[in-house]
Amino acid sequence: MSLMETLQTPFVWRALLGGLAIALITGPLGVFIVWRRMAYFGDTLAHSGLLGVCLGFLLGLSPTTGVLIVCLALAALLAFLQARERLAADTLLGLLAHTALALGLVALTFLETLRFDLSAFLFGDLLAIDNVDLLWVWSGSSIALAVLIAIWKPLLAATVDESLARAEGVPTGRAQAMFTLLVALVIACAMKIVGVLLITALLIIPAATAQRLARSPEHMAVLASLLGTIALLGGMAASLTLDTPAAASVVTCATLLFALSRIIPVRR
Amino acid sequence: MTTSSSSETLLRVSTISFRRQGLTILDAIDLMLRREEIVTLIGPNGAGKSTLLKIALGLLTPDSGEVWRTSGIRTGYVPQKLNINPALPLTVRRFITLSAIASTHDVENVLTDAGIPFLINASVHTLSSGEWQRVLLARALLHKPALLFLDEPAQGLDISGQDAIYALIRRIRDTTGCGILLVSHDLHLVMASSNRVLCLNRHICCTGRPEEICHDPAYQTLFGSANLQHLALYQHRHDHEHPLCDHEHHHASSRSQHK
Repeated sequence: MSLMETLQTPFVWRALLGGLAIALITGPLGVFIVWRRMAYFGDTLAHSGLLGVCLGFLLGLSPTTGVLIVCLALAALLAFLQARERLAADTLLGLLAHTALALGLVALTFLETLRFDLSAFLFGDLLAIDNVDLLWVWSGSSIALAVLIAIWKPLLAATVDESLARAEGVPTGRAQAMFTLLVALVIACAMKIVGVLLITALLIIPAATAQRLARSPEHMAVLASLLGTIALLGGMAASLTLDTPAAASVVTCATLLFALSRIIPVRR
Repeated sequence: MTTSSSSETLLRVSTISFRRQGLTILDAIDLMLRREEIVTLIGPNGAGKSTLLKIALGLLTPDSGEVWRTSGIRTGYVPQKLNINPALPLTVRRFITLSAIASTHDVENVLTDAGIPFLINASVHTLSSGEWQRVLLARALLHKPALLFLDEPAQGLDISGQDAIYALIRRIRDTTGCGILLVSHDLHLVMASSNRVLCLNRHICCTGRPEEICHDPAYQTLFGSANLQHLALYQHRHDHEHPLCDHEHHHASSRSQHK
């Protein structure tokens, strides 16, 4: 089957549409994760995915709902621990990430009836998404994008300097709590498509690539979405022609763009 | 500006205490700030100056005591440290309008007031420390504050840079009539700019007009030897401007206990 013929099959279109939803939201969300130095936070939430899938199965909910519940619980637990413990954020995140992963693996052994594709869970299955997945990822990312735009100004002020923003009357606590919710929501919705090991890459790499080319915060967010989309198209094309795993090809493509952005000269 | 408005109290801090991990950081502090007044908090490192400023500002909640500010009052803040991620592309114009709605005209005005109109489109990541202090002041001014909180606004600057910043702060007080609460540990330039000085070391050691403070035994206990060095450095430039503090009063041998 040639690439042109392949492009006419529905699974390719679903993959493209699903990937596009992810690229659109991971751009603006990812720049905040880079600015706020939260890369490991996204990773921690992703690590808890397995526990979420098990929980969803136990409660008779969809895996995405289970993941969402666990992500939100972890985010709340982290905020609680940060207020109480004197350990650094990265230590707490490491503690939570690996505890969640271990719990997920333990829980999996007890759920003998759960049919589980570990490879798809770890690396995603972009080419196998169905209409229900598509609905999840598009509603998740459009809600997240709308909320992010609504809290953009206070969140940006809080990201630049929190105490300064608070002194000027900005509701920083609300914006930051909302942002944490959005990260959890997007990771839960995107996990099945790109996999737990690669979701953080899509948040970080296009944003890091955009940094060198951007002139303003908004410019950087839009560029990150654009670069994510290019990586999606390039990765999909590579996957279809070379028969490589789709999500991994998208991330590889994003990294190539990053390398390219460092090579080409930029006038500032 | 009328004389009646200048006596208006903007901020009152009553017997506040602040403890962390069993350690008393501030103990029974009283503080008052009026319009057109610069009150300076001085004291050694770890005296609780920044903590008191943050409590007065509302960023921290005291364990006991009360903070009262005129209701609906606009505040401006210049923090001690800013740690902006270099991956965040930000111009000076954008930085100072982050939590304000301001026209280009307003932005140009405050930058001109702060003496840096040419920096409007500069990236904040290329600013020198002197430029940063002016940008922070400009951001505070954009909110048209009636109360200004400055945490070491002249840190990291050389002597002429410090001079210029304090001249700017005095001009802000005189033109806008706002009340200014200032934290510092460099003594002499601050003294000349202040209406009142609070000498802090977890409790209030002494308080009064700058020229009175200089002669207070408690002040001399805290700053005796340190001040001697300051004077040796600054004397040739500043004695004619601020003949407030006599050299001999800061001699280490004049230590005495207060209370």
